[in-house]
Amino acid sequence: MLDLALDLLITALVIGVALWTIRTRDDFAAIVGFVAYGLLLTLAWARLAAYDVALTEAAIGGGVTGVILLRASVRLKPVTTARTPIGVRVLVGLLCAVISAGLAAVVLLPVSPPPSLAADVRSHLASTGLGNPIAGVLMAYRALDTFLETVVVLLALFGAWSLTPDRAWGGRPGAPIPTASFGPLPLFGRLLIPIGVVIGIYIVWVGADAPGGKFQGATILAAMWILAMMAGLTEAPPIGRWRLRLLLAAGPIVFVAVGVAGIPLAGSFLAYPEALAKPLILLIEVALTLSIAATLGLLVAGPPETAPGTEL
Amino acid sequence: MTTIVTLFSAVAICAGIIFFLAGTVGLLRFPDSLTRLHALTKADNLGLGLIILGLLPLSGSFSTALKLVLIWALVQLAGATAAQLIARLARPSGRGK
Amino acid sequence: MSLAPIDAATLYGLTGAVLVGIGLYGIVLHEGFIRRLLAFNLLGGGVFLLFGVIARRGAGAGFSGDPVPQALVITGVVVAFCATALAITLIERLAAEDDANDGDGSS
Repeated sequence: MLDLALDLLITALVIGVALWTIRTRDDFAAIVGFVAYGLLLTLAWARLAAYDVALTEAAIGGGVTGVILLRASVRLKPVTTARTPIGVRVLVGLLCAVISAGLAAVVLLPVSPPPSLAADVRSHLASTGLGNPIAGVLMAYRALDTFLETVVVLLALFGAWSLTPDRAWGGRPGAPIPTASFGPLPLFGRLLIPIGVVIGIYIVWVGADAPGGKFQGATILAAMWILAMMAGLTEAPPIGRWRLRLLLAAGPIVFVAVGVAGIPLAGSFLAYPEALAKPLILLIEVALTLSIAATLGLLVAGPPETAPGTEL
Repeated sequence: MTTIVTLFSAVAICAGIIFFLAGTVGLLRFPDSLTRLHALTKADNLGLGLIILGLLPLSGSFSTALKLVLIWALVQLAGATAAQLIARLARPSGRGK
Repeated sequence: MSLAPIDAATLYGLTGAVLVGIGLYGIVLHEGFIRRLLAFNLLGGGVFLLFGVIARRGAGAGFSGDPVPQALVITGVVVAFCATALAITLIERLAAEDDANDGDGSS
């Protein structure tokens, strides 16, 4: 009973914040509302006992997405728009309500027994040497998804970089949000970054057996890098540097190399030889963590805006 | 013994919740940024501190307790920094504006 | 087919359904690109929550939820962030082009 009351409270808050985010006239307020929405969703995921997803939602859905939206709000002028006529708004609202009602019907009329692959995951988990079933699914059963996902992350960065103005090509990206390099932020950076790096690595490491994993840990590492950029402790590297490009591509390259090696050694693409499954998965995870952290950090920093060699 | 520990936890957590409540009321009711900031930092520092203090005896293991204390320390650090940054912008003669 | 019991999974599933509607409303009616992007992410959160319900109801074999949909959501959250980051960069570049054109007096 108390549990259900808590769930009711969380769902009411999620829907309330979502409505407020859509209704407010102020863009900045909407972004703040969206970050709060992400944190409330994290609670919802924790209540659904999906702790891996809760960590991902907190780190990426609310955290990094919030930073990049704030970057946009700093760089863009606010747009003032005319209000849509009331008739149109009511009509759109009704149509959206129909879609919601359809989805609600799906939730309320479930198939029985509910579809589940939990038993299959349980029976195959031992062969991966991992204790966290979600890590097992990501790295073995749906390894192709995870591989393509890391390629998507890289492609998004290529897309962002391809929007660099011609004069700035090869330059350094600026800090995502310009902040004064005096006062408390550099001190905060110096204190937090060493702790944050340890926590990021810890989250990747425990991800093999407990909630955590490379995406969550890499996001924390990326956040520490972004903090260092914003506090003026470091600068983003020039985007043409070879070492940087190698770092960005290392994860997908290692992943595909192990995948191809699986064809002769284990019989199919992205299959692991049984005895070597865990070391190979760890190797891929380490390479992916570094690549994803670097890619996320540069995605948040955005494309370079000043020509190479002019920023200092 | 366990009754005393449970009682201690309950009292500490309730006290923490009261600080959060007072901080939220202050955030909504106080007239300007600096006073609102004052209300907010109290909730962060003492409210969370008391709740963590109450959770410590219930945590069951030393490493979990250590993680709880670490969470509190990190929130302290982040809260103090954010409060400083906001206060600089909010101060009428501040360098930020 | 019988009605689902009113438990946590059903409650969050209904929330997901409502969030999809709210997000769609924002995408259709907002004119600012950033606001549409926000609404799109809001809608995404609702869709992910529906996956969460499928995972929760598929609990079994000693797991608190079916790990497969949970893994899909983790992939989805990361891909959604990448799409959002690319979209924001596009919006910023578009605004910069508009500013440059206004400066020339050519538009």
